[in-house]
Amino acid sequence: MSAVSLWVNRPAGTRAGGWLRTVDHKEIGVLYIGMGIAFFALGGIEALLLRAQLATPQEHLLDPETYDQIFTVHGVTMILLAVVPLIVGFANYLVPLMIGAADVAYPRLNALSFWLSLLGGIVLYFSFVAGGAPDAGWFSYTPLAERPFAPGAGVDYYILGLAVNGAGTIIGAINLTVTILLMRAPGLAISRLPLFVWMTLVTSVLILGAYPALSGALVMLFVDRQLGGHFFDPLASGQPLLWQHLFWFFGHPEVYIMILPAMGMISEIIPVFSGKPIFGYRFVAGSSVAIAFLSFGVWAHHMFAVGLGTAETLFFSVTSMAIAVPTGVKIFNWIATMIGGRLRLATPMLFAIGFIAMFVIGGLSGVSLAVVPIDLEVTDSYYVVAHLHYVLFGGTMLGLFAGAYYWFPKMTGRLLHEGLGKWHFWLTFAGFNLTFLPQHWLGVSGMPRRVFTYAADTGWGPWNLVSTIGAAMLAIAMLVFAVNIVRSLRGGAIAGDDPWDGFTLEWATTSPPPPENFARLPEIRGRRPLWDQKHPDQRDVA
Amino acid sequence: MIAQATRRAGWLGDRTLLGVAIFVGSESIFFLSIVVAYVANRDAGLGDARATLDLPRTTVFSLALFASSATMARATTTLNARWLLATIALGGIFIVGQGTEYARLLAAGTAPSSAMFGTTFFTLTGLHGIHVLVGLAALAALGGSTAARAVAVRPVAWEAVALYWHFVDAVWVVVFSVVYLGTKL
Repeated sequence: MSAVSLWVNRPAGTRAGGWLRTVDHKEIGVLYIGMGIAFFALGGIEALLLRAQLATPQEHLLDPETYDQIFTVHGVTMILLAVVPLIVGFANYLVPLMIGAADVAYPRLNALSFWLSLLGGIVLYFSFVAGGAPDAGWFSYTPLAERPFAPGAGVDYYILGLAVNGAGTIIGAINLTVTILLMRAPGLAISRLPLFVWMTLVTSVLILGAYPALSGALVMLFVDRQLGGHFFDPLASGQPLLWQHLFWFFGHPEVYIMILPAMGMISEIIPVFSGKPIFGYRFVAGSSVAIAFLSFGVWAHHMFAVGLGTAETLFFSVTSMAIAVPTGVKIFNWIATMIGGRLRLATPMLFAIGFIAMFVIGGLSGVSLAVVPIDLEVTDSYYVVAHLHYVLFGGTMLGLFAGAYYWFPKMTGRLLHEGLGKWHFWLTFAGFNLTFLPQHWLGVSGMPRRVFTYAADTGWGPWNLVSTIGAAMLAIAMLVFAVNIVRSLRGGAIAGDDPWDGFTLEWATTSPPPPENFARLPEIRGRRPLWDQKHPDQRDVA
Repeated sequence: MIAQATRRAGWLGDRTLLGVAIFVGSESIFFLSIVVAYVANRDAGLGDARATLDLPRTTVFSLALFASSATMARATTTLNARWLLATIALGGIFIVGQGTEYARLLAAGTAPSSAMFGTTFFTLTGLHGIHVLVGLAALAALGGSTAARAVAVRPVAWEAVALYWHFVDAVWVVVFSVVYLGTKL
């Protein structure tokens, strides 16, 4: 069995196109996921280097310049080269299956999206062997990122890498949007879409609104650095803050781009493992649309410390608190779905429940940062680092792990091992909290983010050591996951078409699905077409 | 495909046109970010803009681009290659006009690096110019395949190229207003 046929159930004798030439949405989805895993491993190694350097005061494992490069590349990698490709990969694989389509709207453009995204990542990492990686932070504030202050080529590779990667992501979002709007199977009205598809649609719209602003800012930074321009140059009456505005006009929607699909995943998983339909489907979908609208009006909460006017500060503080409302609505939806259900605590469900718990902590620390006096006190401190990791790791990554355990059987035909899965979950849960919970206290006691070391008399040593131990535990958890994937690919239990007693269309075809996905679709008369087919006496009234 | 057959009704029900429409929407945000930067830095460059820009001359070239939207609309309804050629010619006149404007400014010492006006002017009009060139390439490709192929190019391809071309034209309405007419404010 060749590597390709592992992922797509091809009839004997048909020749596969191979990974380089494939335009099949499932294979491109797997390529995206593979890219995400590879960059997640690189970003993780970078994180371990940072934590090793910070484990004790006055450590000299990394010199300051290297430290700057590593934290910059860690941020860019995790956000744009790991999480986004993982999300787009799952969306690519699952959306056509969930809507009963044979492929995405533009299969060849889909391949282009992937290869552009990967090329962007390669360009960024090429900087390491071409004179130094970017070192101005993942948001590369100006004037720090301007040529006089960042004379190396690192920031130029950042510009090119992000622009190319962003082009791929934008094209991918166009593809997914058109696919969801125009390729649905007969009977699958928008109001019956699986919630993961809903979240993919909202996320795609966010990408289309947010990424072009980043592209614009990158072009201007390029003009400043390469053509001697003055956009962000205060000496020529340029405006450094303009970069911050444009970057965060992209950057804050980007946060929702990363979290909404994970929310979509657990909105699929929790109902199945509770044996009930989702509680308040319309609220889950509607609150995401509200989040999408609001997310374009909160960006300057990243900039309270620059001294915005009173009116602007109030506006962005209020909108940032308001966005917590539709976000909080979903928490109640998930909990209400579980109440009274027959819960099956398999690994996907454990990660989904872990998501809810950790995301609540990250969400609440986020609301506290919307309170301007608190923000001014802890801005650019480890409190912010703790907050963003609770949302992005405790939220997005736990959601992605839940999705990985849930859909791996569909993608490969084999189940991941439950015992290793539980080890993976508990080690991740403990390691994650050990790493990031103490960073709240470090931030409140004044430890700034992005310092390469600190003095012993600050008292920050013990919690930093705990945090580093937690990071090591997280690394072990990821190794357990890797072992689980490799072992299960080779000899995992055969999954069958529908191992979880699922609700939605992806479980109505073989695992893995054939090239055009479905031999025959169930009749779609509600939100849970496969459930309706299996239990005609218990049809949903939708 | 079933999905295609049942949802062909409106123009937003067409896969190609919807994709181009969404692409154009995201491109609008891209241009908006550059226009915002131009406006945010306008005060620093306004003196230079008033001193160097040639409004009457560029108005003439702009009219050529605006007129090309009309010829493109005719091309789409008639599927006639001659209207396509007229569109390419008008777009070409605009690009030549921009090129001579650039040459004049550069000769006079206004460049992307010279001062704020040069930076913002060349970035904004340059990005627009690149989009015009891409549009001309698309028009040429459409004309070429219409001439070369035995089977007629689907009308939707004409509409898709037209949608992009109208967008490029509309962006120039904004850029011309902000950059050139803006010197009169």
